[in-house]
Amino acid sequence: MLRFIVGRLITILPVLFGVSVVIFILAHLAPGDVTTVLTGPFATEATREVLRQALGLDRPLPVQYIKWLEHILQGDFGKSIANRREVIELILPKFLNTAILALVSAFFAYVVGFFVGMFAAARAHSFFDRISMSVTLILGNTPPYWLGLLIVLLFSLNWRLLPATGMVNMIDGGGPVDVIRHLVLPALTTAAAPAAIVARMVRASMLEILSQNYVKVARAKGIPRRKILRRHALRNALPPIVTICGLQLGYLLGGVLFVEVIFAWPGIGNQLWQGIIARDIPTIQGATLLVALAFIFVNFSVDVINAFLDPKIRLSEGVRRQ
Amino acid sequence: MSDHTSSVSRKASNDAGRVSAATAWQIRRERFRFHLRTLKLAWYAYAKDKAALGALVFFVIVAFLAIFAPYVSPYDPAEAVAGINSPPFAEGLILGADVDGRDILSRLFWGGRIALLVGIGPTFAATVVSLMLGIVAGYVGGWVDQVIMRVMDILFAFPLVLLAIVIAGVMNPGVGTVILAIAIALAPYIARLVRTTTMNVKQQPYIEAARAAGAGTTAILVRYIFPNMVAPVLVYATTLIGLMMVVGSGLSFLGLGVQPPDADWGTMVAEGRGVLRKAPHATVFPGLVIVFVSLAFNFIGDGLRDALDPRARSR
Repeated sequence: MLRFIVGRLITILPVLFGVSVVIFILAHLAPGDVTTVLTGPFATEATREVLRQALGLDRPLPVQYIKWLEHILQGDFGKSIANRREVIELILPKFLNTAILALVSAFFAYVVGFFVGMFAAARAHSFFDRISMSVTLILGNTPPYWLGLLIVLLFSLNWRLLPATGMVNMIDGGGPVDVIRHLVLPALTTAAAPAAIVARMVRASMLEILSQNYVKVARAKGIPRRKILRRHALRNALPPIVTICGLQLGYLLGGVLFVEVIFAWPGIGNQLWQGIIARDIPTIQGATLLVALAFIFVNFSVDVINAFLDPKIRLSEGVRRQ
Repeated sequence: MSDHTSSVSRKASNDAGRVSAATAWQIRRERFRFHLRTLKLAWYAYAKDKAALGALVFFVIVAFLAIFAPYVSPYDPAEAVAGINSPPFAEGLILGADVDGRDILSRLFWGGRIALLVGIGPTFAATVVSLMLGIVAGYVGGWVDQVIMRVMDILFAFPLVLLAIVIAGVMNPGVGTVILAIAIALAPYIARLVRTTTMNVKQQPYIEAARAAGAGTTAILVRYIFPNMVAPVLVYATTLIGLMMVVGSGLSFLGLGVQPPDADWGTMVAEGRGVLRKAPHATVFPGLVIVFVSLAFNFIGDGLRDALDPRARSR
């Protein structure tokens, strides 16, 4: 097990390096360069040249990259161009807010998706199965930004049940209850599509397992249905389900970006969007790096959990998944 | 099954140099008939799935309306033709008017051009690139494979939507940017499928037989590896088109895609956002269209899977 973990960790190193290169290159994809943004439209070319030298932008890219990486490794993402604050100070608290939203949504999505999928598989082709599979098919194709607006329309504007924007009330807000009230709608929106996809996948992998011969043998031996489902089927269906849950987290994080914008949730997606609108490259880079790091960590955890559940993976010691 | 027969007919056509031109012509005709028959069988298998058939019809209608938007849309999509936020069926507009009094139906037709382009364009581009990368990686193997797949691993480390948003975000907004951004973010997913399929096919005995018969690398890639790729990649790509349309419209929704006053289903949702309470129809309709078209691509993908791979069970 330890060997597996170490093996996976080693494969992560080059990925981390690559991710940093991609994020570094991002800044150079932008039209014009930073000096245009910093000095404004009326600056002369000479002024820009001075600034370029001061920032080290005249040096070759690899040199710039190493310099940049040095700073990043010390947690220094540079100053936000839009509001002149250290990027790291700006994005870390936002990251926490995003983590809250993402984790709660993931919990919603996995629990609901898992049970709907299990019930649908246990009673395949029943009324419940057909209804839930149609609903999940539609939800799985629903854009999160549109679903969010519909939910706002119903729950906030028409029925006035829950707040539509922000994380706490402006006037005597704060406290866990207030945050939870603000969390419900964005979390539901974020969770909808992943829950739907998880439900479909859980159903499919359960049905696959249930058609195996050893399940037929178990049934022939007279083992009760519930026990077969729990002991024989679920246990074997778990590794693919965990993999799917991990993959869905990427989709979920993507959804979070949209949902934060819609619900004005003060998270990293919202910050990223504001950074994009303000052409604030350091903020964009910082936010992207943080989300990518979180995503890599999650994928790593999924692999470890899977190795724990499935000896076949564990014993292939650290060989890449696929 | 088709690769088997084509290898037989290839052998026959190699011999054809020595037989009369008439026989060669006959062989070619037989081969053509065989392909026609395969296509027919595939179509029957596809048409048996009523959902897939319905989805195809729906997609054809949507595509027709989008392509011929200048001729079929009742009004100019950029011009105010009715009262602001006029509800559906009022003032002669079936779907009502948006926040600027423009006809929503016409804007849906025009927006369909961009939405479909943003769904199909990146998927197509990513598929072409991934086919090349994946086949090379899977067939050549060794360090070439390592390099290509490690680079793909790096792109995998970003959630797809994040990568697309960020790439589109730092470049100048526009349809081209959106297509490029999504294509880059999507390529690793298809490349991985292509690589796995290539590696599976590579181990088949008929590849060994072909090599023993003197087929070169190019011949093997073109005649055996590539045909085996068509079914899985086409099915995967079709399903992805719907998803990429959702993502692409999302980028437009964030203001990274097509710029006003041009219409796109995503920007239409965004424009409706401000008047959600007063004019919910301005938000609801474009979103519904996105959902329906995305669903259609799902069904078409399912149907294609049944048609192209008889072994795959239909769910």
